[in-house]
Amino acid sequence: MKGVTTLLEFQDVKWQLPSGEPIIKGITCKLDSRLTVITGPNGGGKTSLAKLIAGVEKCTSGKILLDGTDITDMDITGRAKLGIAYAFQQPVRFKGLTVRDLLELSAGEKLGHNELCALLGKVGLCAEEYIDREMSGALSGGEAKRIEIATVLARNVKLSVFDEPEAGIDLWSFSRLVETFEEIRNGTTGSLVIISHQERILSIADEIIVVADGTIRTAGPREEVLPKLLGGEYACRCPQRNGGGCQ
Amino acid sequence: MSNIMDVNFNGTTAEMLKIISDYDEVSGFAGAYNIREDSKCAGRRSSENITIESKEDKPGINIRVNPFTVGETVFIPACVTHSDVDDLVYNDFYIGEGADVVVVAGCGVHNDGEEQARHNGIHRFFLEKGARVLYKEKHIGTGKGTGLRKIDPVTDCVLDEDSYLEMDTIQLRGVDRTTRSTSAVLGKGAKIVVRERIMTDGDEEAVTKFHVELNGEDSGADLVSRSVARGNSHQAFYSVVEGNNRCTGHSACDAILADNGKVDAQPALNAANVDAALIHEAAIGKIAGEQILKLCSLGLTREEAEEKIIEGFLK
Repeated sequence: MKGVTTLLEFQDVKWQLPSGEPIIKGITCKLDSRLTVITGPNGGGKTSLAKLIAGVEKCTSGKILLDGTDITDMDITGRAKLGIAYAFQQPVRFKGLTVRDLLELSAGEKLGHNELCALLGKVGLCAEEYIDREMSGALSGGEAKRIEIATVLARNVKLSVFDEPEAGIDLWSFSRLVETFEEIRNGTTGSLVIISHQERILSIADEIIVVADGTIRTAGPREEVLPKLLGGEYACRCPQRNGGGCQ
Repeated sequence: MSNIMDVNFNGTTAEMLKIISDYDEVSGFAGAYNIREDSKCAGRRSSENITIESKEDKPGINIRVNPFTVGETVFIPACVTHSDVDDLVYNDFYIGEGADVVVVAGCGVHNDGEEQARHNGIHRFFLEKGARVLYKEKHIGTGKGTGLRKIDPVTDCVLDEDSYLEMDTIQLRGVDRTTRSTSAVLGKGAKIVVRERIMTDGDEEAVTKFHVELNGEDSGADLVSRSVARGNSHQAFYSVVEGNNRCTGHSACDAILADNGKVDAQPALNAANVDAALIHEAAIGKIAGEQILKLCSLGLTREEAEEKIIEGFLK
């Protein structure tokens, strides 16, 4: 495998809601490929896991290590400075901050027109149209989502986490985005962790982790995990299809 | 026609002019101007198309812009540079048909003393058919005195058919008390756009009042106020938009609270025509937690994130 890989390690990580309801019920694994896709049924704990990586939430118990450094107690800023970038599932809107402002904050420097064009091009947006627009509610869901992704690409760090990057994005922009993920994977630095249900993203993964009910159900190389992903399981939880009856 | 007076003002005014009206010490103002300092005229120049003359019956000036004057700027800054000044001035703008001009009307109040220093500017705008005006107003308060710095602008506008007035106003800290009253009466096809940004801190108080009458068919108003109240400061926002014909009206009051800041918002929409489309939005609260999280995830500290969010909000 080419390029430098970042090692992210979970050691018996647990997380519960303030009410005490357990969401992540003990996850131990090592993410050491260039592109890991975390997938699994809705409500299984994938987004919670992404938030635990970024530091948006803190583990209730267990440890998280990044390239051997214990980041468990590190706050979100500290983790960002250490090289973790996180694309929110729901893009955050700002009244007043423009697309340029956000991309420059992400990059940590002023960006020239060509750099802005290149960044927005990776998510299928034209810089001319967007750089001076506010990242406010005036942008459509798909536009905001793509800008959110561009803020993570602008950071160019060692570990980028994307939470359902496909959500709300049109087919054409999505194709461009998949190419961008492949470019990063095939480049010299930067590992990706992508939470996704999308077959095209699963098909470019090095490793796939299936998270369900707060634990890892399966994990391994794509070639092993992908073919049996849906084997023996109905997506539908209707009791009638599962042999039961309606109450 | 040119009416040139010598420019003669003190250093405090010079400093404030740079902030409130982009004054260049070398080249001065690029256009007609009238500088008011401590209730006196400290410099004036008319241009071929813009005439500035003193009022005869009360303090103040008449600014007349010839019809179809395009691309010119007129500067009318006012400064109060010490305590115990209560400046009252009446400035009337007559904007001729089809003119398209910029008016820069900043105000600075400097007070190192114990008595209050106040500037009260009463502005009236009369826009003739098809005239367009961008009105820029920046307010600052400076000095270390305990006396209050007060700025109380009143702006009354009459917009004739198809005219357009855009008001861009900003006041960031330093002014202890301000009451800003703006009214506008709009004729057929006329539009008014107001962008107001206010930040108060310490024990400052700011009151904003808008009253817009959309009387003409297809007239429109867009009022957007963004404010930040920090420290123990207090702001109040009152707006009334009257739709008396087929028209569109939008007003928005967005306020960020920090520390013990207080904001009252009382927006009113009065519709008296079935085709009057009036909308109001108001949101008051602290900075959204997710906004701070997002900027922290880019490597900013919590404090840096808050500053950036406020800076962008008031930009």
